[in-house]
Amino acid sequence: MTSMVMDKGPRLYRRSIAILLACLLTACGVCVGQNAMAAIDEPEARALLEALDTNDFQAKGEAAQAIAESSAEQKTRWLQALLDGRLGKQRRGENFYIVTDDSGREWPIIDAITFEDAGTGSRRTLDIFRINNNLRGQLQGLIASLTLSDGDEASRLAAAQRLVGEVDAASVDSVRANRDQEESPTVRHQLDVALALYAVEQGDAEALETLRGNLDTRVRNTLADIAAGDSALAARAQSVLDGIESKRAWYDRAQTLFFGLSAGSILVLAAIGLAITFGVMGVINMAHGELIMIGAYTTWLIQQALPGQPGLALLLSIPGGFLVAAAFGVVIERTVIRFLKGRPLETLLATFGLSLILQQLVRTLFSPLNRRVTSPDWLQGAWQINEALSLTLNRLGVLIFCLAVFAALWALMRYTRLGLEVRAVTQNRAMARAMGVRATRVDMLTFGLGAGVAGLAGVALSQLTNVGPNLGQGYIVDSFLVVVFGGVGNLWGTLVAGMSLGVINQILQPWVGAVLAKILVLIGVILFIQKRPQGIFAPKGRVS
Amino acid sequence: MTTTSIRKLLAASGLALTVSVVGQPAMAQDEGPIRVGILHSLSGTMAISESTLKDEMLMLIDKQNEAGGLLGRQLEPVVMDPASDWSLFAEQARDMLTGDDRVDVIFGNWTSASRKAVLPVVEELNGLLFYPVQYEGEESSENIFYTGAAPNQQAIPAVDYLMSQGVERWALLGTDYVYPRTTNKILEAYLKDHGVAEDDIMINYTPFGFSDWQSIVSQVKDFGSQGKKTAVVSTINGDANVPFYNELSNQGVSASDIPVVAFSVGEQELTGIDTAPLVGHMAAWNYFMSVDSDANYDFIDDWVAYTGDDNAVTNDPMEAHYIGFNMWLQAVEKAGTTDVDAVKDAIIGVTVPNLSGGWSAMMPNHHITKPVMIGEIQDDGQFSVVWQTPTTVAGDAWSDYLPESKNLISDWRAPLHCGKLNVESMQCEDGRGAE
Repeated sequence: MTSMVMDKGPRLYRRSIAILLACLLTACGVCVGQNAMAAIDEPEARALLEALDTNDFQAKGEAAQAIAESSAEQKTRWLQALLDGRLGKQRRGENFYIVTDDSGREWPIIDAITFEDAGTGSRRTLDIFRINNNLRGQLQGLIASLTLSDGDEASRLAAAQRLVGEVDAASVDSVRANRDQEESPTVRHQLDVALALYAVEQGDAEALETLRGNLDTRVRNTLADIAAGDSALAARAQSVLDGIESKRAWYDRAQTLFFGLSAGSILVLAAIGLAITFGVMGVINMAHGELIMIGAYTTWLIQQALPGQPGLALLLSIPGGFLVAAAFGVVIERTVIRFLKGRPLETLLATFGLSLILQQLVRTLFSPLNRRVTSPDWLQGAWQINEALSLTLNRLGVLIFCLAVFAALWALMRYTRLGLEVRAVTQNRAMARAMGVRATRVDMLTFGLGAGVAGLAGVALSQLTNVGPNLGQGYIVDSFLVVVFGGVGNLWGTLVAGMSLGVINQILQPWVGAVLAKILVLIGVILFIQKRPQGIFAPKGRVS
Repeated sequence: MTTTSIRKLLAASGLALTVSVVGQPAMAQDEGPIRVGILHSLSGTMAISESTLKDEMLMLIDKQNEAGGLLGRQLEPVVMDPASDWSLFAEQARDMLTGDDRVDVIFGNWTSASRKAVLPVVEELNGLLFYPVQYEGEESSENIFYTGAAPNQQAIPAVDYLMSQGVERWALLGTDYVYPRTTNKILEAYLKDHGVAEDDIMINYTPFGFSDWQSIVSQVKDFGSQGKKTAVVSTINGDANVPFYNELSNQGVSASDIPVVAFSVGEQELTGIDTAPLVGHMAAWNYFMSVDSDANYDFIDDWVAYTGDDNAVTNDPMEAHYIGFNMWLQAVEKAGTTDVDAVKDAIIGVTVPNLSGGWSAMMPNHHITKPVMIGEIQDDGQFSVVWQTPTTVAGDAWSDYLPESKNLISDWRAPLHCGKLNVESMQCEDGRGAE
C-alpha cells in the first residue's frame, strides 16, 4: 500500500547525503544557516514541530529538514530528541514534550519549546514521534552538520569516504576545489579516489591507475560494471579489477586464518585444563564443562559487584575465575575423584553426575535464564586494517589470552617444582613417592590447576557467548576431541590440535555450512585416530 | 488425583519437576471446576521463552475466576513441565487428557517439534490445544487452534516491506530445524516468483545454541557488498541470537548497511542484549509491547502487577495466548458446555479484541486473523512500529507459494470437516471429511 511513498525514501536520503557532504567538507554552518541564528516565536516553533506529527516517514523527513534549516534555537535539541525517540506530542492536547529519562514507566518530561519542567508522562499520555532507518540516517547527518563547527580531520575523512561513488557532474568542481585545499594527505587520497572513480565513469583511462589496488567495494563494483560493458575501457578496467580481486582474495585468506585461529583458541582454552586432568592425570572429568561455566559465572558476579566498570571487572575475573574454579576442582578431587582412582568408568559416571548437580545448582541460585556479561569498550568493535581486512577485538583478545595462558602453563610445568613433581608422579607414581613426593597432594594441586584453567576459559567465553547453566555442555565433547587428537598428556599437542581443528572448521564452513563442517571435522579426527591412536604428538619414552 | 495417575506422572516427568494442582477426583462433567491444562517447558533450553507463558496463563485464569469463572464454575490450572523434551510433551499431554481428572483444554507448546509430538495425542484423545507461536504452516489439525502467525502473517509481509525499501539481495539465515527450513522454502519460492535471481539468495543453517558467527557474518558482509541493497531474513531461534547480534555489531554491520529482519526475536529475547548497536534492525510480529492501544496498556499494567517486576516485558506469543484464551471462553459460553466437539464447532467465527486495538476472528481453518507489523529495535530493547498492514490478515494453513500445497485449503466446518482439501480435485486428503 505504501510502496510508492517508500520508494522515494532512499532517493531523498541520497540527496541529503550530497548536501551533508558538501557541508562537512567546507566550513560547515553556512549551509544550514547557523549564522543567522535568531529566536523564533512560539507559533512558528509549534508549526515546525506540528509538521513532525505524521505517519508518513517522507513527510517527517522533510519536516526534520525544515527544522534544521530554520533559525530556531532549540533545533539541535529537537532533532537529537527525535533521533533518540524522546520527542512527542501530548495525546489529548497540543503541547510538545521531550522525555528526559525514558527508563521505567513514568517519565519526567519537559516542554519542548520552553524546556520548562512539565511533570511526568507515560506511554498513555504521550505520542512519541517514530522514526525509521532512512530517517535515522538523515537525522544523524543533519545533527552532524549542525553540531560540527570546524570539521576535524576524522569527520572530513568520513565525509570523503562517503563521497566515493557519490560524486556527480554537479558536485565535481566543488570536490576538486576541496581536494586542492585539503591539508591532510589521507583525506586528500580519499578525495582523489572519489574523483578518479567519477573520471573513470566518464571514460577517463588515466584515472584507472589511481584505482589500481584499491580495496573499496564501491570501486570494485563500479569497475566490474565497466568491465562487463563494451566501452573502450572494458579491457583495462578488467585488468585493474583482476588486480583488486587477487589482492582481496589474499586478505580473505588472512581473514579466514584469523577466524580459524580465534575459533581454535577457544578450543584450546576449553581443552587445556582437560589436557592436564585427563591428559596428565588420566582422570575422565565429565564436569570439566561445568568448571568452565563456573568461571563464566564468576565473571558475571564480579561484574555485578563492580557496576559500570566492565574492564576492571574483567581483569579481576582472571584471577577470580581461576581461584573459584580451582577451589571447586580441589573439592571435587578431595570428595570424589581420589576415592575412584584407577576406576575410569566409575569416575566417568560420578563426574557426569557432578556436572548435572553443578548445572542444577546454578539454575537454582541464579535462575535458568542466561546472564548478560557486558564487554568493556576495548573489546568491542574491530581493528580495521584496511577495507578488506578487519579483526574483531573480542576474538583478538581471546586469541592473545589463550596464548598467554598456554605460555604460563607450559612454563609452570617446565620450570617450577610443582611442574616437576606432576611430571614425576605421572611418569612413575611409586618411584616419585619413594623419592619423597607427596603424591596425593600433587594430585589435588594438579586437579585444582586443571580446574582453574577451565575457569579461565569460562572468563574468556563470557565475552563471546551466552552465560547460562548449559554453557559447559557445548564444550565438553570438543575438549575431549582436541585432547585425544593432540596426543594425551601433551600440552603442545593440545595447542596444535585445537588451532588446526579451528582453522579446518573455518575453511570448511563457508563451503558446506556449520553443521556439516563439524561432522566432517569429527570424521576426519576419527580416521586420524584409527591411523595414529596416540594423536599428533605421541608421548615420548616409557609411560607406566 | 488417583495413585495410578500420580505414578504415571512421576514416571513421565523423570528428573523434571512436576507441579500439578490437585482437584476433586471423579466429578461428573458439568460439576466442579473446569480444568485448564498448561503445557509449557519450565526447565531446559526453551524455559527462557516458555515459562513466561505459563505465568501469563495463570494470570489470565486468576482474572477470569475473580470475574466469576466460566459457566458458573471456577477454572483450575493444571501445570506440567515437559522440560523442553519433545517426547515428554506427548506423554504429559496424554496424562492431561486421560483419566477422571481430564483437562478440558490445553494451552501449550512452543517449538514445532513439540507440537508435532503432541498432535497425534490430541487427535486420538479428542483434546483441544491452543498453540501460541508463529510457525511454518503446512499443517491443520481438527484439535489444534493456531493463534500464532502462519507464514503469510509474518514472513511474507516482512519480505514485501523490505522489497518496498529497495532490497534486492537476500540472506536467509536460520537455525537447523523444521520451522526455519519450511519458512525459507516458502520465502525462496516467493522471492523467485518476484523475479529475484538464484544468485541473489543465500541460505545458511546453523545448529541450536550456535555461537561462532564470525565467518557467517563476514560471508553475509561480503554477500551484501556487491552493489545491491541486501537484507538478512533471520529465523535464528533461541539464545544463538545473542552472539549473532554481538558479532554483527562487532563487525560493524549496521541496520543502514544490511538490515536484519527477525521472526523469532521479540522483547523477551532482547532483554539479554545491549541493543544500542542494533538500533534499526527489525522484527516482524503481530504484536509489540510498544503498540499504542488502551487494551495493551491495561494488559501491561496487569502483567507488571502480577509479576511484581517493573521491567517485565510482554511479547507476541503472550498476545496469542490472550486471544486464544478469550476465544475459548467465548466459545464455551456460546456452546454452554466444555464438551470438546461442541466447543470446536462454536469457536469458529468467534471474534475477540486483540491487544493492538483491533479484533481477531477464528477462521474455519483453525487459524486467526491478525495485523502484521514491522518494528525496528530501539536502544531501550523495545520495538518501534514502522509499518503495519492496513487490515488484519487471515492465517493460511497451506502456503500458496509452494507447488505441493498451493491447491490445498482447510475447512473444519460441517459438512466438509477437512484439514487438507484439494480445491482442484475436491478431494479431502485428511480429516473426518476424508472418510
